[in-house]
Amino acid sequence: MPEVAHAADRRDAAWWIDRAVQILVLAGGLSAIVFIAGIFVFITREGAGFVFDRFDFREFFGSPRWTPTSSHNPTYGALALIAGTASVTGLAMLVSVPFSLGAAIYIGEFATGRVRETLKVLVELLAAIPSVVWGFIGLSIMNPLIIQVFDVPVGLNVLNAGIILGLMAAPIMTTIAEDALKAVPDTYREAAEAMGATRWQVTFKVVLPAARNGLVAATLLGVGRGFGETMAVLMASGHSINLPTSPFDSVRALTATIAAELGETAAGSDHYAALFTLGIFLFLVTFAINFAADVFVRGGQRKHRRRGRRPAASANP
Amino acid sequence: MKNLTTRPALVPCTLALAAALVAACGGGSGSRSVIQNKGSDTLVNVAQAWAEEYAALRPGTAVAVTGGGSGTGIAAMINGTVDIANSSRKMKDSEIELARGNGNEPIEFVVGYDALAVYLHPDNPMDEVSLEQLAALYGEGGDVDTWSQYGVEVPGCSSDEIVRVSRQNNSGTYVYFREAVLGERRDFRLGSRDMHGSKDVVDLVENTPCAIGYSGFAYATDHVKMPCVRKGEDGDCVSPSVDSAIDGSYPIARPLFMYTAGQPEGAIREYIDWVLSDEGQCIIYEKGYAPRTDVDCS
Repeated sequence: MPEVAHAADRRDAAWWIDRAVQILVLAGGLSAIVFIAGIFVFITREGAGFVFDRFDFREFFGSPRWTPTSSHNPTYGALALIAGTASVTGLAMLVSVPFSLGAAIYIGEFATGRVRETLKVLVELLAAIPSVVWGFIGLSIMNPLIIQVFDVPVGLNVLNAGIILGLMAAPIMTTIAEDALKAVPDTYREAAEAMGATRWQVTFKVVLPAARNGLVAATLLGVGRGFGETMAVLMASGHSINLPTSPFDSVRALTATIAAELGETAAGSDHYAALFTLGIFLFLVTFAINFAADVFVRGGQRKHRRRGRRPAASANP
Repeated sequence: MKNLTTRPALVPCTLALAAALVAACGGGSGSRSVIQNKGSDTLVNVAQAWAEEYAALRPGTAVAVTGGGSGTGIAAMINGTVDIANSSRKMKDSEIELARGNGNEPIEFVVGYDALAVYLHPDNPMDEVSLEQLAALYGEGGDVDTWSQYGVEVPGCSSDEIVRVSRQNNSGTYVYFREAVLGERRDFRLGSRDMHGSKDVVDLVENTPCAIGYSGFAYATDHVKMPCVRKGEDGDCVSPSVDSAIDGSYPIARPLFMYTAGQPEGAIREYIDWVLSDEGQCIIYEKGYAPRTDVDCS
């Protein structure tokens, strides 16, 4: 007995390595929480002075006048910035949802073998293109193209930024949507095929409805990506304070405003704190979007587990 | 999901790492001293040229130049993270007070002058522009929106709309333009395209027939047009050039500054003395700016 206890209790190199790796992995997992809490505390602290002393709800959400460096009457209306971000993100979704859902359905349901693997790698490569490169494409290729095709005065506008952002968000949405399709149990497809459904019918009548939650989550994550994207939007949107009335208006995004102005404000000034207030707002919105996406993903998984259990259990007692 | 949420956390890590590296380099005493020089986008090219020339001249001193805008440099000087701040505008009283509060008394050096050029697309037929016309276009409450209001028709700009190109609201160029053209108490009209750099303004105007913009004369290319600028209806129309900035005839020429925290000493003093010497001033002249005094650079 003592030998057994001793053997189980051995503390050799392997045991220590095992412990060390355990702690390292735990620290890695916890760091996500620590960092997210740390970031939230930091931006809240920096923006708090403005939120409590200077913040005017009606001005912030109701006025498009963002003139923080005015010498006699600085105003902090974020309406135009919010409208800018929303319009660009909205257009981006119009571009990316059909693209990415189509790609996900093809990769997940129709493509096989080599085609499928190649496509998956390519989609992931697309996600790896740096946003400044996308912005550069918007600035130097899309701008003259839009001027030429639509005969508008300037090509840096909602349309340009929306297309660029849509293409940027598409890969991540494709990957997540494909995962959602893959999560639909094969028993669903087999049952539908057994009843004589064609592949299109299986996809549209069975797989897509079953994967609905995951697909909504994919779209929401794309929206979150669009909301938070900075560099490409800064370069392609025209960076102009404007309430857009058409896709050809230049706009300015929340993120781009922070990026363009934060480096040049004295720490502690009203302007500095106001930019952090924009940051808090952005953080809350993206947090809400990601949280909603997470809820949808979990909802989808639970459903499959519940419905998928019975046939699996009977086939494999 | 989890991957997504951890990604932003990398940024502060990287920043902290970068800061640590910079601190290590700046703090490294030894025989080699490093001068941190940051700020004005207008000045960044010439500051780089000075730093390179100086490195060849005095291998014991290295000057690290970063751009980002006048506000960036001044903010860094106030916070005590740079030795020399470059600026294309004067420090504001509020900024001087902030700096004094941190124990950094700002000392000002004028290192040259810059003509602020108005840029147009080369197809634009307009040859001259007055400060009043610019104010009616850029200023709050201004009523000019179309090229026909200026009495010109721009080929390639069928909508007739003027695309106003401006700078982000903390750049020295933006602040100087506001004071010199719009007046002390007038704001910019919202809706201009606010570019993030002197060169970006010229690039956008170059590619946009309907556009008008302002930026430092040194950023001129062969693909843009610079109209002459007049002050008042009957003033002379003067083209932007190094010479018209030197003799003061160009109406929107501005001094360019370097600021140090407290009277500069040692290597920083030597560097600024060299920048202000004939040798340093010839470099700024070659880069398309006006030197502070007449120098013979032949």
